[in-house]
Amino acid sequence: MRALIGMGLGMLLLHGSVAGAAENGVIRVGSKSFTESYILAEIAAQVIERVGEARAERRHGLGGTGITYRAIASGAIDLYPEYTGTLARIILKDSALHTPEAIRARLLASGLTMSEPLGFSNTYALAVRAETAERRGLRRISDLARHPELKAAFSSGFLEREDGWPGLTRHYGLALREVRVMEHALTYRAIVSGDVDLMDVFSTDGQLERLRLQILQDDKRFFPDYSAVLLARRDMAERFPRTWARLREAFEGALDDQRMAKLNAMADLDGKSVAEVAAAFLGTASPDPRRPPGVLSEISALTLDHLVLVLISLAAAVVLGIPMGIAAARFRRTGQIELGVIGMLQTVPALALLVFMIPLFGIGKGPALVALSLYALLPVVRSTYAGLIAIDGHLLDIAFVLGLGRLKRLVRIELPLASISIMAGIKTAAVMTVGTATLAAFIGGGGYGTLIVRGLALDDTATILAGAAPAAVMAVAFHVAFELLDRLAVPRGLRR
Amino acid sequence: MIALREVTKRFGDRVALDAVSLDVRPASTHVLLGSSGSGKSTVLRLILGLIEADAGEVQVDGTPVTPSTRAQLVRHMGYVVQDGGLYPHLTAHRNVTLPTEAHGWDPSRAGPRVTELGTMVGLDEETLRLYPRELSGGQRQRVGLMRALVLDPPVLLLDEPLGALDPIVRAELQGQLGRLFAALGKTVVLVTHDIREAALLGSTITLMHAGRVVQQGTFADLLERPAAPFVTQFLTAQTLGAGASRAR
Repeated sequence: MRALIGMGLGMLLLHGSVAGAAENGVIRVGSKSFTESYILAEIAAQVIERVGEARAERRHGLGGTGITYRAIASGAIDLYPEYTGTLARIILKDSALHTPEAIRARLLASGLTMSEPLGFSNTYALAVRAETAERRGLRRISDLARHPELKAAFSSGFLEREDGWPGLTRHYGLALREVRVMEHALTYRAIVSGDVDLMDVFSTDGQLERLRLQILQDDKRFFPDYSAVLLARRDMAERFPRTWARLREAFEGALDDQRMAKLNAMADLDGKSVAEVAAAFLGTASPDPRRPPGVLSEISALTLDHLVLVLISLAAAVVLGIPMGIAAARFRRTGQIELGVIGMLQTVPALALLVFMIPLFGIGKGPALVALSLYALLPVVRSTYAGLIAIDGHLLDIAFVLGLGRLKRLVRIELPLASISIMAGIKTAAVMTVGTATLAAFIGGGGYGTLIVRGLALDDTATILAGAAPAAVMAVAFHVAFELLDRLAVPRGLRR
Repeated sequence: MIALREVTKRFGDRVALDAVSLDVRPASTHVLLGSSGSGKSTVLRLILGLIEADAGEVQVDGTPVTPSTRAQLVRHMGYVVQDGGLYPHLTAHRNVTLPTEAHGWDPSRAGPRVTELGTMVGLDEETLRLYPRELSGGQRQRVGLMRALVLDPPVLLLDEPLGALDPIVRAELQGQLGRLFAALGKTVVLVTHDIREAALLGSTITLMHAGRVVQQGTFADLLERPAAPFVTQFLTAQTLGAGASRAR
């Protein structure tokens, strides 16, 4: 046990804090976790590298708007691709902001700035099979009013959002007979096979052309404008003026819908790496002609990463959790409150807990470690508490009669007697943390989740499995390792 | 040596002891006899300071047992419970040396003491290296006794020490205890429900029932001059239904 904790602390020191103020000469580029955002961020990173004013640090695939925006607002990243519609509606919460100038003016107060639009708008759109469009004469969304028999399948977000289906039906006066909610990736297959006629897509979706899908024209202008822009911290733009100017030059007005859709398709459908797609856009050779590091070497790097996440957070949970369990067992009444609070922590979904960490600790390993430690706390505290209160009161009375003081009693009698229970809790925490740690990637914490997030973004099952399978293996390995550790931690007289 | 003055103890609504007074003379073996729930174990726990009296006073060596004195007083007492009360995670030897460790004895002093006590109760070094679950009931009880005696306390308190043993081992150990008490000259308070044990070991017997003292005296006193019909009833009932009643 002592060795384990020592190892964990050692790694913590080695790794150091990851979040923090912008370092000299580094521009940290973030992205959301979908293909387009990865590609734009990678292009930006390559531009930064070519200017040479600063080093580019890639923090791709951070997650959704909530995470990326908090990351840039707190200074954990310096730059990421965003959309005007999202900035106005979700971040600034003012749908009256229409022009880039108006949005930029409002961002000033937060220390942020943004580029001019890149040229394409990734907005919601409705798509049908080209063949259906031709046969039924569908070109515009208002044409749908004449075809209530069309079968629609929408992603749950689109079906619920006011700027999605509910608003759209009112705006156009539509009434379709069959509307269902379906996982987006599956809907593509369903529309190609003819089981579904109508689906929601993004206008720059790389798959539209290959699958022979056609976007219906938004003739009554319902969907808001989601023009892509680069969102950046002003201090970065001021410190690296050449880089910022070059970024704007490379991006502004350079990408129309078709061009972006083609880049997306290269990554999604042709299996090109994001780095290759970015290089293709910039008209340079692929940065690494040998192909980016092979999957195996990446997995081994991520294994170390994942191991660090698990061991440090587990060590922290043990170091904190055992004393907390002891306290709960000693002071029963306040102990109940303590256990209640820790239990409540557990009801916060892991991803939400990670997101809450961003304003406090930024992004990366730091906040991930804090969140994972908090998550691993409950099994350790509970098992320590349960192990201690289950001890026969007689044995404790005898300890008093034998002259053992409180501390001696705890160390020599109570903790060893509770060791089976405590170890069970630590084992649970360990296996659980291996799984939960895959979520760390959503806030740039690394680990196997990096592959899972990327696989989800690129809709690539093999990549998802490349992250999920090693995580499962590691969970089993932890289980086995702890069974062996039991031999050290549980006294011989208690073993079965 | 040990005295209870009008001691009352309640557990919630239940009165465990009702104005109980008794005196334990030094270097005698005082048996508290009674069926389960009679309050006899409560007397031991009060003497040890594990619980506090609601009314009345418990004295050891003239000092009242209170939360502030109990830690000091308990140093002079050895305590043996049913089945030994051993710690399962420690070997028999480590169980015995726990008190010497707590009182800062050097291992070079504790070692010979353990050997000496082992010889006294009939346990060899090899047996003492085993864990409690690897020992027989009788062996566990002997280890418990060694642990209670290791600091050589003047007072020995035993709570149904032989309650968990089968009749043959029990009879054997009863004989051994009797010889031991006589040889060591300690002040002994022994709680039991077994009349044979009381007759064999007790120089004084206090018969208890429902939290009260029914009679105090020698076994002959109880047998020949019963203070109440209950005394005779208790003595005969148990002789007839020997072994039927279980401890606690």
